[in-house]
Amino acid sequence: MKKKGWKEVPIGGVLKDKGSSVAYNSGSWRSFRPVIDLEKCINCMFCWVYCPDSSVIIKGGLVAGFDLEHCKGCGICAKECPPKVTAITMEPESKGPVCG
Amino acid sequence: MGKTMAITGNIAIAIAMKQINPDVVAAYPITPSTEIVQQFSSYVADGAVDTEYIAVESEHSAMSACIGASAGGGRVMTATSSQGLAFMWEMLYIAAGYRLPIVLVCVNRALSAPINIHCDHSDSMGARDASWIQLYAENAQEAYDNTIQAFRIAEEMDVRLPVMSCLDGFIISHSIENMTILEDEEVRRFIGDYKPLNPLLDLENPATVGAIDLQDYYMEHKRQQHEAMLNAKKVILSVGKEYGKLSGRSYGFFEEYRLDDADVAIVVMSSAAGTVKDIVDEYRSKGIKAGLLKPRVFRPFPAEEIADALKNTKAVAVLDRADSFGASGGPLFPEFRSALYDVPNPPKMINKIFGLGGRDFGPDDVRGVFDELVAIKDTGKIKSLKEYITVRE
Repeated sequence: MKKKGWKEVPIGGVLKDKGSSVAYNSGSWRSFRPVIDLEKCINCMFCWVYCPDSSVIIKGGLVAGFDLEHCKGCGICAKECPPKVTAITMEPESKGPVCG
Repeated sequence: MGKTMAITGNIAIAIAMKQINPDVVAAYPITPSTEIVQQFSSYVADGAVDTEYIAVESEHSAMSACIGASAGGGRVMTATSSQGLAFMWEMLYIAAGYRLPIVLVCVNRALSAPINIHCDHSDSMGARDASWIQLYAENAQEAYDNTIQAFRIAEEMDVRLPVMSCLDGFIISHSIENMTILEDEEVRRFIGDYKPLNPLLDLENPATVGAIDLQDYYMEHKRQQHEAMLNAKKVILSVGKEYGKLSGRSYGFFEEYRLDDADVAIVVMSSAAGTVKDIVDEYRSKGIKAGLLKPRVFRPFPAEEIADALKNTKAVAVLDRADSFGASGGPLFPEFRSALYDVPNPPKMINKIFGLGGRDFGPDDVRGVFDELVAIKDTGKIKSLKEYITVRE
């Protein structure tokens, strides 16, 4: 996307259009990525509740994975995943393919 | 057409605030500006204004509340001094960065330490890079006039920057002077209705204020602030002219006093200029071509106009009522010297730091500076570039 010049953007850093955070690829900030083992997942939805970036994808009422365009890799999902389940692990980005 | 009154500078500002009738005032009183908010709070209590007055717990909160109220869509102002302005420091940049046309009256007072309540310009000079427009007044009349004009300058759509209206602590804030107050209706007509830009309380048109702005857009927003300062120059002149039609007192970037054919000139802001004018007259009567340039607008800095006004002088002393410790001069000096760099045969220029912490600056001090300038004009030799005066050895 071509970035706008200083004459084109609203003054004061004001955002007039809603949803600009969807267009912003904050996934590129991530150094660790969440990896989920769907076999172990009990669909308690704790990760979905706690995720600060709404990056847990739900399909048909079940956890389906992560939105890696926006997940910043904070690890809260892995922390909140119940200890008896531990379906989510955080893996260094350096190990996996570049994504997000 | 208004009425003449004998009042202090602080009361003149409080009356201006009453006539402006801002939507919100958030303030934390501090010497020597206390009387402004004290008087204004009585106007609020008496129902003389419609203002929502927020008594906050600190100056940091005062400016924060002003920012919130202004972003909400209100016409907002406050007043402070010294440590209060210093405590507002980070919020000053945010007010300017959000492009909120807040007006702050700064009653100039020295910064601690050692603790001191009297006048110098170290407080507002500390905020010179905050992207606030700065106006300085010689007396209560100018402080009143500047504060009213400040709203028109700040609120102009291609400016939209906050404005600091400065007056000298105690010397002006607490001295009683004769001055003319406009009629309430004249002030209200002059400043007009407030037109907010992207106000948060416009629920039909939601906007986000304060979003993070990284490598990709921060610099574009700073470039806009630079442009706004450039735009402010023409707005300051047109507002000053229009105010002249209303009041009989026109305003520009600076006042020139007998400067046209001057060989030697002093540059000094605010109340000290009055003393210098007397000595200019005295030296003129002795046949010495002395003159004064009294800056009114420090931000934006009118470099070209200043160069034009001083280009025919032979020797100039720039007097700073604040030091930039370790710099080649106080805050004014490097800017004035730089402004004259491209003038053919520029004048010799020296810097004097004076009047810190309210130290008296009297006629003999002015005579000393003019005598030194005459010697520089005659010999072409400068003894010292930056020197403290009105100080004991």
